[in-house]
This record gives sequence, structure tokens and C-alpha cells, in this order.
Amino acid sequence: MPVIEVDRLQKRYRHHTAVHDVSFAVEEGEIFGVLGPNGAGKTTTVECIEGLRSPDGGRISVLGLDPRRDRAALRDVLGIQLQSGELPERLRVAEAVHLYASFYPDPADPDELIDRWGLTGKRDAAFGKLSGGQKQRLSIVLALVGRPRVAILDELTTGLDPQARRDTWSAIEQIRDAGVTVVLVTHFMEEAQRLCDRVAVIDAGRVVALDTPSALVAGADCTLRFRPSVDFPDALLTDLAEVTALRRTGGRVEVIGRGDLLTSVTSTLARHRVVAAELHLDQPTLDDAFVSLTGGTS
Amino acid sequence: MTTLVRTETRLFLRDPAPVLVAVLLPAAILAALGAVPALREPAAVFGGLRFTEYFAPSLLAIAIAATGLQMLPTTLATYRERGILRRLSTTPMRPSAVLSAQLSINLAAATAGTVIMLAVAVGVFGVPAPRHPLGFLAAFVLGTAAIYGVGLVIAAVAPRARTATAIGSVLLIVSQLFAGVYLPKFLLPDVVVRIGEDVPPGVGAFQAAWTGAGPSPVQLVVMAAIALVSTTLAARFFRWE
Repeated sequence: MPVIEVDRLQKRYRHHTAVHDVSFAVEEGEIFGVLGPNGAGKTTTVECIEGLRSPDGGRISVLGLDPRRDRAALRDVLGIQLQSGELPERLRVAEAVHLYASFYPDPADPDELIDRWGLTGKRDAAFGKLSGGQKQRLSIVLALVGRPRVAILDELTTGLDPQARRDTWSAIEQIRDAGVTVVLVTHFMEEAQRLCDRVAVIDAGRVVALDTPSALVAGADCTLRFRPSVDFPDALLTDLAEVTALRRTGGRVEVIGRGDLLTSVTSTLARHRVVAAELHLDQPTLDDAFVSLTGGTS
Repeated sequence: MTTLVRTETRLFLRDPAPVLVAVLLPAAILAALGAVPALREPAAVFGGLRFTEYFAPSLLAIAIAATGLQMLPTTLATYRERGILRRLSTTPMRPSAVLSAQLSINLAAATAGTVIMLAVAVGVFGVPAPRHPLGFLAAFVLGTAAIYGVGLVIAAVAPRARTATAIGSVLLIVSQLFAGVYLPKFLLPDVVVRIGEDVPPGVGAFQAAWTGAGPSPVQLVVMAAIALVSTTLAARFFRWE
């Protein structure tokens, strides 16, 4: 049974509709990515799941609870890391974690969490004195201190340097390995490709794709470039199921297609005794898949 | 809730300057003035009272107004502006608990400032204890409620923390002026003194309870009405994010 079910969610603001029609289900123990360009409706969607906003249509269930009606019960089992949300400047790391632990019926050991997330050296540092990466780690600790069954992390690595981002990624895998279902909102394709078991791509308030990152990538075009040893007719390659287009520039050939383009093209050429020199394959990334899905920039 | 109050109290004390102003400044001013021998003699201009007795009720306004108009609204508006209340709303703890904690802590500071001032006045300078203790208590409770109500309205309507601080500072100056803190009342125009008696926290009622015939019901009702109206407004307009 899915941990989170979103069914035909709709949310209107005064002057525009942020979410037109979003449906997806998150399974227990997976890292589920919610992807989309800025303003696509990602944050509004997760805020409805978190019970921070009331949907105008559709149905949401989180661990069998209704986020608005059972808000209090949901708070005990849901760990939320908000996109923005600070702490008092002078509040110290250990104080913050102990404070947030006191809100939950069965919290994790604050000192153990501080240690595991590498904040032991900063226990007595004021929130205002922490670096961006340290603030994010503290933010994760606060989202986890109540031993949630589901953690929702919104734009967790935005504004972090590459090293801090990579550290955070391994941290998220740790959370999942501890048995927590993770919903990750992001607009970093690399992040989704590296971490997520499945992703929902949201664009202009609608789900435009819902699959594993590798399946989404497989659906995107890749490009093969080579210099043939002898000339050959276009139809030799364009008749192949994998090939969608062929272009010639000077002595070079560019083949665009999907799936196992490389094997299909090279074996066909070999059968016709054409040697492909300077062979080069451009593999699509989730970025390419994303651009072709949303028709825009990330 | 106890951890929340304890943590908020620590944060409150971690910024000592405003706390010292609220808690110790009234007693310190009284002590400084009381050290001048001439101000310890009864004089006709003070209605036959000594200056310390005459001035002490005005000083009571400092602790109440500094906490209620300055510290409370600034803290609450900062918490809202920086998403601290919003983050709290993701946990089982209700953001309104922070409001209660902040109210309790500021009230405790205002009460401490008042008690210390009373103790110094009565214990060190021989000012007679308030003649009407119950009236004094009523004046303190209702005057404080009126000031804190206004402070909550500031926290409710100020879009940003800096705006809350600015509005709070202006109202603090106004309240202190009318209370006769900056200039003793015998130097103020009569009309300012008259109005000042009913400007929160209501120094007229303090004076009457301490050295006079007891606070008039009208003075107390005015404070209660201000407290009621302002708290209602604050509750109506307060936003958590």
C-alpha cells in the first residue's frame, strides 16, 4: 500500500492556478523525486501533502491520514524540511535539536543525531553563525528528530557548494537506509538521477512524466556522430527503428535516435562494410529528458 | 512546552541589553535620583510628597512598556518574518505556544522590573508601600494588559520585523512621555498630564493606588477597554506566516 497517495490534486491562488491536476503515489521505503522548473507547482503540491495548504480539489492521503483533517496525527509521523524557514539567530545547535525533540512523543536521541550528522563540533554554535551547509544539516536533523516515517525535503541542496551538496546526497541515502520514505523536491537533474528511485516531473501544474530516472532518460534522444569510410544511402540507417533522424555535414554523419542506438547503427554499418571512424555518442542525461518533457529550461 | 519556555527564556536573556533596561533601569533611575538629598525632602511642587514618591509611579511605566511595546512585538514579527513560526507549524507544537511563551517571559520581566523598583523605593528610600495594594495590583494588571494588547497589534500588523521595531519605538516614546518618565509631570503641560493618566499603562491609576485615594473605576475601565479592543484586533489580524 502506498505511503502517500495524491489523486487529481488542484490548487488555485487568487490570480492563477498553481496545480491543475497532479496524481502520484509514493511507495514505502523509496526516494521519490518531485521535479519541475521553478513555478511549476512542486512546492504547492508538497505543501498540500504536508497539510500547510488546503487543496481546492482532489484527495490526498498520507499514511492513511488526511493532511488537513488529521493534521495533528500527521505531525507526529511526518518530518518536514521547508524551502525557507530559519531559527532564532542566537539559538544554539544542541538547544534547537533538544527543543524540537521535546515536541514529539517518541523522539530520536538528539545527541546521537547531532553526532551522526557531523554537527558535534558545532553543538554550541549559534544558528546565525552556521554556514549554509551546516544550516541545511541542522534542518535535516530537525526534520528527523521526531523519528518520522516519511520525510519531505524541499530544495534541500539549493545554495550549497558542490561538496556540501554531495555530502547531503549521501545523507539522504542514509535516511532512506534507516527505513524512512523520502520525498525530495528539486530542480537539480543530477540530484534526481543520483538519488531517486522514481520521479514525477511536474510542469505548469500537471504531471508530465512519472517513471524511474533511467526510463525517462531512455525515452530521450541521443546523438551518434561518426565519419564513414565509404558513402552509404541514408535509408540504410533511417529504416532502423531506433533512428529518428540523420544529418550530414561535410564528411560527417549525425544520427539521432532512441534506445540502443549505438549497437543498432554500428552493427548495420558493419554488415555493409562501412567503417565508422571518430565515433562519438552523446548520452542523454535526465536534463535532456527533462527539457524534452517540459519544453523549457530547468 | 516546558522546554519551549526554557529555551525562549534563554534566548531572551542572551540579549541582555533590553532585558537590563526593562528589569533594572526603573530601579536604577530611582536610586540615582534618590541619592540627591534635596529630592528626598517633601516639597509643595510635588503635592507635599518627596520627589522619589512623586516620580516612582511614572517609572513603573518603563518595564511594562519596554517589554510590551518593544521586545514582544519585535520578537514575534522577527519569528514570523524569518519563517520560525512556519517551521514550528511543521511539528506537533503549535506556533501559538511560542506566542504564549513570549507573553509569559515578557510579563515575568515586567513584573520583575516592577517588584525590584517597588523594593528599592520602599526598602531603600523609605517610600511608603502602596496605600491600596489591591488597587495597585488591578492598575498593574490592567495597565500591562492594555500595553501588551497594543504590542500584539503591532506584531499583527507590522509586515516586517523592522517595521514592528519602528512602530514599537514610537509608541514607547509616546507612552513614556505621557507617563512623565522623560520629564516629571510638574514640568509637563496640564493637558499632557491629564491625557497621560489614561495613556497605557495608566500612570494616573498607579499614582492614585500608591500615594492617593486609590484608582478610580473609570481609569481601570479605560485600561480594560483598551486591552480588550487591542487584543481582539490582534487576534483578528495576526498572521503566522
